[in-house]
Amino acid sequence: MQLRYIDEFRDPATARALVERIRNDAGDAPVRLMEVCGTHTVAIARIGIRPLLSGAVTMVSGPGCPVCVTPDGYIDAAIALGRGKEAMLASFGDMLRVPGKSSSLEKEKGKGLDVRVVYSPLDAVELAAASPDREVVFLGVGFETTAPAIAGAIRTAAVRGVANFSVLPSVRTIPEAMGVLASDPEVRIEGFLCPAHVSVIIGADAYRPVAEAHRIPCVVAGFEPLDILMGISMLLRQIRKGVARVENEYSRVATASGNRKAQELVREVFVPCDTGWRGIGVIPGSGLRIAERYAAFDAEEKFGVPVVFSPEKTACRCGDVLKGKILPDECPLFGKGCVPEEPYGPCMVSSEGTCAAYYRYGTP
Amino acid sequence: MDDRILLSHGEGGKRTRDLIAQVIARHFDNPVLAPFLDSGLLGKIDGEIAFTTDGYVVTPPFFPGGDIGRLAVCGTVNDLAVCGARAVAISCGLILEEGLPLETLERALAAMKEAAAEAEVTVACGDTKVVEKGKGDGIFITTAGIGVSVDGWRPSPPRVRPGDRILLTGTMGDHQVAVLIARQGLALSAPVLSDVAPLAGLLLPVLERFGDRVRFMRDPTRGGVGVTLNEMASTAKARFALEEAWLPVREPVRGVCEILGFDPLYLANEGKAVLIVDGGAAEEILAALRKHPYGREAAIIGEVEAGAPGVRMRTLAGGLRAIDYPVGDQLPRIC
Amino acid sequence: MCLGVPARVLEKSGAAAVVELGGVRREISLMLLDDVSVGEWVIIHAGFAIERLSEEEAEQTLSLLREIADATEIH
Repeated sequence: MQLRYIDEFRDPATARALVERIRNDAGDAPVRLMEVCGTHTVAIARIGIRPLLSGAVTMVSGPGCPVCVTPDGYIDAAIALGRGKEAMLASFGDMLRVPGKSSSLEKEKGKGLDVRVVYSPLDAVELAAASPDREVVFLGVGFETTAPAIAGAIRTAAVRGVANFSVLPSVRTIPEAMGVLASDPEVRIEGFLCPAHVSVIIGADAYRPVAEAHRIPCVVAGFEPLDILMGISMLLRQIRKGVARVENEYSRVATASGNRKAQELVREVFVPCDTGWRGIGVIPGSGLRIAERYAAFDAEEKFGVPVVFSPEKTACRCGDVLKGKILPDECPLFGKGCVPEEPYGPCMVSSEGTCAAYYRYGTP
Repeated sequence: MDDRILLSHGEGGKRTRDLIAQVIARHFDNPVLAPFLDSGLLGKIDGEIAFTTDGYVVTPPFFPGGDIGRLAVCGTVNDLAVCGARAVAISCGLILEEGLPLETLERALAAMKEAAAEAEVTVACGDTKVVEKGKGDGIFITTAGIGVSVDGWRPSPPRVRPGDRILLTGTMGDHQVAVLIARQGLALSAPVLSDVAPLAGLLLPVLERFGDRVRFMRDPTRGGVGVTLNEMASTAKARFALEEAWLPVREPVRGVCEILGFDPLYLANEGKAVLIVDGGAAEEILAALRKHPYGREAAIIGEVEAGAPGVRMRTLAGGLRAIDYPVGDQLPRIC
Repeated sequence: MCLGVPARVLEKSGAAAVVELGGVRREISLMLLDDVSVGEWVIIHAGFAIERLSEEEAEQTLSLLREIADATEIH
């Protein structure tokens, strides 16, 4: 039984042909491409194509893992809210095992903290509406794909007057980070595989400044095996031709200008700001904070619990992994002090963190 | 009888005797249990004995396709079956939370009775305790099971060798998805039923017919086929190679996995077995499994190859992926 | 960072819809899209439909992929 618009993009024969096309286009040295998005990192690891592409393409993983780049101070702030204000914390499953300075939500849950895993921020609004005597804080972590959903939940809460609902935001935006990476001479990216669903919201045109300023080809690609292979192939062909354009492989969903309605909602609820990325540092204009008019739903404002961004522990080389400067197994802690069950740094934490993906799926 | 379980039901006095006589005895009406002595006397048992135990704490207690009672019987029967033993008797230890609706207990016991009848196993003894409200999740059941090993077959991990095939008796992930949907926190609805079933009737005849061409078997419960295969590879010191295209998964289970970001390899099953068998006998054994109602979707999912112990999989795209132990339970993710 | 899957709209009421993927149904919000009709395909993420999936574009992409596959020699 086929899952429509999923299984067709997993056809094995076509995948083999695309791998061959990539290998046929290979030059003398492998080309360095960065997949920006954590979902791409995991998809690439799960389809196991790295060894098939070796020699032709080296895929370098970028910082597009919102869990990985969320500062440990965010987890500490969330735990403080849960303990101190006896708030019910509602979170995507991705955040549960992220280590803060001394604990994680999962560990605190074991000690009695009220943490609920939700699939949608709207579920958190429902939890708040159903328990008017409790504060419910939604941990709003994500990139541009998720920002409209979080904005939608905040606006819904405002319209319905669910005053006990608030969001602790940790929203970051991708193009600015790509710009930082493209400008870093140590990173050496020859092409960007751009995130499918971030692009659905912001539009493929959002990458034009990066492509033009840095002369790096950008291809928006879906997450299925054929999308990824086709996207890589399209990047390789641009590099061979010496061009640097934005192309859209995921044209069945992503458009040049994106989802305007979603963008408007985000502009209504959020305001751009400078924000820190764990392992990288502060990237100007790369974050979204909650706008004044929705301050009542901003947990940082409401409870006076600021999210502190502080530099990483020194032995951890997540910053270099997140920027694609080194591969996971080049970090001295990889697999030794730092493993998925006891992660030292953010790249090993998230289910889609670069190091976690390498460790779990990587070359058997 | 009151309509809820009270602390006094567990204290050994009149209420306890009433609970046993009026509720429990009605469901477990067999000659071994009937005298309600401190032990069930099983008499002489011919053959080598196998013994197992398991605790059942599933929430919610009732879910599409099954319930905690059926689970409690089948889980133990299956632990014996995959070791080549036919279950003879099981115990039933109940820990009930004060305030549990009596109807819930009745339903669970009725389900145990039905499952025990299907599995041809006697509920030979039991115990009931009640804990204060807040100290238990409604109903916990512990069962221990005694079985008799079939003649001439014992699980034999050292005999696993390159060329052997890996068989799975049916689709992955049905149980965990059914329970997840019953929990409702994710507001999904899907036509998925738990696969909870007693497998002795499926597996023991295969052992009797094929003997040592079946090397060994496990049932892939918590952690799914992914965890079980890792454990088997470690026990047998063998290297397993799976084919993603051969993994049997029902469409709605795939749908849930796509939405929540789950990998069906790590989802729990309660009515499946993994068998490592002689490569030459694999097709015949597969055909034998498929003749049984609980084995209709059995499939060969991979083979044993030479090399360091571990599990890897050839993906649909033609690549290679390690199948490792997961870190904890899968959680719905957005990334 | 963005798991999103294609699902078909089965029912609609105001800004909410019930979508279906492989027999699995969920209610999701249409807050981010205008004029979605029953029978259309959308991408769902975190309880929202974030964009439509164009069946026509999908077929074109698949055709292109098949052409490329046919044209590529396997060595």
